Amino acid sequence: MIHNQDMIPQQPAPRSTIGPLAWMRANLFSGPINSVFTLLGLYVLYLLLVPTIQWAFINADWIGTSRDDCSGEGACWVFVNARFTQFIYGLYPREELWRGNIVFAGFAILIAWLAIPRLPYKRWVAIFALTAFPVIAYVLLHGGYFDLPRVPTHRWGGLMLTLILAVVGMVGALPIGIVLALGRRSNMPIVKSFCVVFIEFWRGVPLITVLFMASVMLPLFLPSELSVDRLIRALIGITLFQSAYMAEVIRGGLQAIPKGQEEAAAALGMTYWKRTALIVMPQTLKMMIPGIVNTFISLFKDTTLVMIIGLFDLLGIVQAALSDSRWLGFSLEGYVFAAFMFWIFCFSMSRYSQYLERKLHTGHKR
Amino acid sequence: MNQTATQPADLMVEMHNVNKWFGDFHVLRDIDLEVKRGERIVICGPSGSGKSTLIRCINHLEEHQKGEIVVGGVPLTQDVKRIEQIRRSVGMVFQHFNLFPHLTVLENCCIAPMWVQKKSRREAEAEAMQYLERVQIAEQAKKYPGQLSGGQQQRVAIARSLCMHPDVMLFDEPTSALDPEMIKEVLDVMVELAHEGMTMMCVTHEMGFAKTVADRVIFMDQGQIIEENAPEPFFNNPQSERTQLFLSQILGH
Repeated sequence: MIHNQDMIPQQPAPRSTIGPLAWMRANLFSGPINSVFTLLGLYVLYLLLVPTIQWAFINADWIGTSRDDCSGEGACWVFVNARFTQFIYGLYPREELWRGNIVFAGFAILIAWLAIPRLPYKRWVAIFALTAFPVIAYVLLHGGYFDLPRVPTHRWGGLMLTLILAVVGMVGALPIGIVLALGRRSNMPIVKSFCVVFIEFWRGVPLITVLFMASVMLPLFLPSELSVDRLIRALIGITLFQSAYMAEVIRGGLQAIPKGQEEAAAALGMTYWKRTALIVMPQTLKMMIPGIVNTFISLFKDTTLVMIIGLFDLLGIVQAALSDSRWLGFSLEGYVFAAFMFWIFCFSMSRYSQYLERKLHTGHKR
Repeated sequence: MNQTATQPADLMVEMHNVNKWFGDFHVLRDIDLEVKRGERIVICGPSGSGKSTLIRCINHLEEHQKGEIVVGGVPLTQDVKRIEQIRRSVGMVFQHFNLFPHLTVLENCCIAPMWVQKKSRREAEAEAMQYLERVQIAEQAKKYPGQLSGGQQQRVAIARSLCMHPDVMLFDEPTSALDPEMIKEVLDVMVELAHEGMTMMCVTHEMGFAKTVADRVIFMDQGQIIEENAPEPFFNNPQSERTQLFLSQILGH
């Protein structure tokens, strides 16, 4: 028996199942109980949002130089305004700020160049960003060369210090983490046990103890003529600590790659390093973007712990400013500002990672 | 069978007394097998009989513990350089295709010629397009494997292997993971390859393919070669009871 001689043409979906009204009916008002909850939720949102907006924007004071300019009705952003340079640069000498500005501008340009797909020469820009730029940034910020006055690292601070700690930590932790993850899966017993011990050690201790050891204990063991800068020690501590976490994220990804991928590459005559670099690692890194960015974001926020070894990162410098007797009582504004700055950076990383996931997707969802 | 004395170089694959264990499990037992240049071998047998393991030993995806394997005159040892040398001359097609999902079809075919044989991108791409043309999938060259059907993916996998100019092609159940309507397009490519004189070792249950192109059919059970014969006597007059039982099971339905 033949059912249908003619093919049935494709028909549009019923009107009631598409569009914003249908969405609201399905998700917000799908029954009496859900409708009540929706209205209740909207009311709670109203109760929370209105005073917040009034405090932060409508009743807030924006312009001024001292606390006398604060009306006291809302937030007094005058405090943040007056201290802004310090929040960004810490105790960096005022007359040398142009050096920090150049580094910031260079950093922003490089990041934007690498992030915007249309711009060419990505590979060269990346090589420059990873090799020449750190040297230029160090020479500019630290000085002591080319008649630039020296600015010792204990005067660096604020957002600049936070970014230095975070970026160096990320750029260092990813490759070390990759090597550790590969080492942990190695067949060579010495390599494998070294990686296992390294990862389990660094994952097992709190970052605070790592920083303490780096700043207090290490100088006791090292000969006195071999003194390493405090910032450098913090950087090494953070990098090694995060690389252990990164290693486990990447190992999780490596385990998810089907064995057939490695076998197919091997059957084509590729060496271990070519199989890893060309076939396994690109797939692993792509798959683990959420996990890697998650580690990056937590690293970014963990940099605030350097406060306890006397480095003034963004949060540290805000806190220091709060104890200024001329500005007592503005801790809420200070913390909101610090939280907002951290949120901006972390949220940007999160959005960019989602964009990358979409861009690198090649239609092979298993 | 060809009774004339063959030069050693005419033997593509030699396996002498090969034994392999997975832990305590004895998967390959005293395997003796010689494959001449241009010969087409089909290996069949019940699941778990060791037929996949046998061909995977030839390019050292599995390691044998006893006996000797010689590929193209080169003895297979533990030496990594030696293994890689042998793998460059042995192509392999897998049951599950194992295309690289992060690379386009064209890149899948070019990556080994470029990175293993050090060919220029232009040369590798030109050659890859020829092979993709031959397996009739050139128009999909810019797509990713995830966007292709199973049959198309397997044809790309064959092209990817051919780009390395292998002396032997190993096929490990190339059609077992395919929907029925796609089996033919892959078998057609394999038949064509056989007619061009490629040395082939093929683990498959496609008995039609075995009858058309095989010089010899090998039946394995429990890690041993039970019976070995030209297709016509193998199918019409199987000697051992186990072969008869196996053939009745797969041809019976």
